[in-house]
Amino acid sequence: MSYRALIWALALLVAALFAASLLVGPASLSLSDSLGALIAGRGEAAVLVMREIRLPRAILGVLIGTSLGLSGAALQGYLRNPLAEPGLIGISSAAALGAVIALQTGLAAAHALALPGMALGGALVAVAILILLAGPRGGAFTLILAGIALSALAASLTSLVLNLSPNPYAAADIVFWMMGSLADRSFTHVWLALPLTLAGWALLGGLGRGLDALTLGEDAAAALGVRLARLRLMLVLGVAAAVGAGVAVAGAIGFVGLIVPHLLRPLVGARPGRLLFASALGGAALLLAADISVRLILPDRDLKLGVLTAILGAPLFLHLIYRTRAEAGA
Amino acid sequence: MTGLTLSQLTVRRGPRAVVEDVSLSLAPGEFVGLIGPNGAGKTTLMRAALGLLAHKGQSSLARLPAAERARKAAWLPQMREIAWPVSVETLVGLGRGPHLGPVQRPGETDRAAVAAALDRLDLTAFARRRATELSGGEQARVLIARALAQEAPILLADEPIAGLDPAHQIITMRIFADLAAEGRLVVAALHDLGLAARFCTRLLLMERGRLVADGAPREVLSGENLARVFGLRAYVADTPDGPVFQPLEVVA
Repeated sequence: MSYRALIWALALLVAALFAASLLVGPASLSLSDSLGALIAGRGEAAVLVMREIRLPRAILGVLIGTSLGLSGAALQGYLRNPLAEPGLIGISSAAALGAVIALQTGLAAAHALALPGMALGGALVAVAILILLAGPRGGAFTLILAGIALSALAASLTSLVLNLSPNPYAAADIVFWMMGSLADRSFTHVWLALPLTLAGWALLGGLGRGLDALTLGEDAAAALGVRLARLRLMLVLGVAAAVGAGVAVAGAIGFVGLIVPHLLRPLVGARPGRLLFASALGGAALLLAADISVRLILPDRDLKLGVLTAILGAPLFLHLIYRTRAEAGA
Repeated sequence: MTGLTLSQLTVRRGPRAVVEDVSLSLAPGEFVGLIGPNGAGKTTLMRAALGLLAHKGQSSLARLPAAERARKAAWLPQMREIAWPVSVETLVGLGRGPHLGPVQRPGETDRAAVAAALDRLDLTAFARRRATELSGGEQARVLIARALAQEAPILLADEPIAGLDPAHQIITMRIFADLAAEGRLVVAALHDLGLAARFCTRLLLMERGRLVADGAPREVLSGENLARVFGLRAYVADTPDGPVFQPLEVVA
């Protein structure tokens, strides 16, 4: 399949899943009722369901899925390691820590924007530490180490908050939130996530040429005119903005950023630059599909999206490792 | 055409100078062999000359902005890295990056440069193969083709023939000599003094960070230099087939 055909196929898939996402939900609306409500504004309850519940949910699915796919592809390309994923550099854990503190302190209940705001604050602190540690002279290796240390620190502090939580309901709230979900999100969440998400996409989308050159290693890429310090800065800021905004409104959703670049890499001739765009579309498609599935599999149990992506993603990943092993002839 | 001028180039790692006070001027048309024992500072000298390392002193290449430098000089690192299973054609095409604008796609000139580089390294049959599936020596040739596709007036190569079979070592040295004859400047760090003597027009001998000899191969490979810098005694002769150099034994 040519690159152009692949991009078209993925774009059509995203469009189809976006439409499907609008048509699936606990309120049983017919196709004509749904479309009438969404486009023409017919039927009061139906309009509410379509425009205030399903539409923002589907839009967030596209935004966050795209961010995860794009960030995963960019990080794998930069680190030249197919095991890299957006969570690796600690942004997601730090954002989750911010959100957990908001839940624990009751700020989240007092103000609707406190939780996403604190999560973004967490992501910001993480970025500052990362840039400080893996500054202009640090290489890929420093970035991985700094990210792992940061993830571990944020995870331990999250555990501490849970550990000291006097209230089991707050603890349960935190645990459920951390699983990641797109249920009951509104346009407030969309507007909150949108600017940062788009800024992150813009930063990451411009990395293609540099990531291609990095196929030859850092030294050869630098000699080809790639400014590595600038590339690393754009990468960290881009991932932080896109993934941080996603975690702030939906919690941490794993495996999408790891699996999607993996699945699509052979279809783009393994070129890191081309993988960026393909993976962005692939991420949106996978997240929409997963979010539709949680509504279909257990409609009345509020199955969490992050749980489903992990349940689907881990075996898929094992299969990929098995296949890679077979190719390597081991 | 462009040459390379270094003046008082010094690179320190901690308190130790890895390259110390190297000044030289290389002209287009020369095939320069950079020789010296392990740890003499050959790699560091080339990386500093390119501006990839912090250094004191001047290098005519390191002064340039990154993008312009990439059009002036191609760099073939010793570490042969191919991170992803891209096709040989794609990998060689990476050499065209410096010639393209930020969003410009490769055009006819670029395709021609890639095809010419593949042809020169006898790799046309491999064009569609995944680069990571090739043998080590074949990968080395693919990476040389990548550097050639860059079509820069200067080529700096760090041990480019290490790990190649004897025929491809000679073919590669011949290609470098031809590039020099076409008016480019080729600088290659080499350990095979025999091939260096046969193909290079000039040798630079380094010892512990300093440039200790610079000149025609026969002058640089003198018995005294060999004994002092390499601790070697060698057989050197001019034959009808050109200069022959064979290390014989290690001297104390």
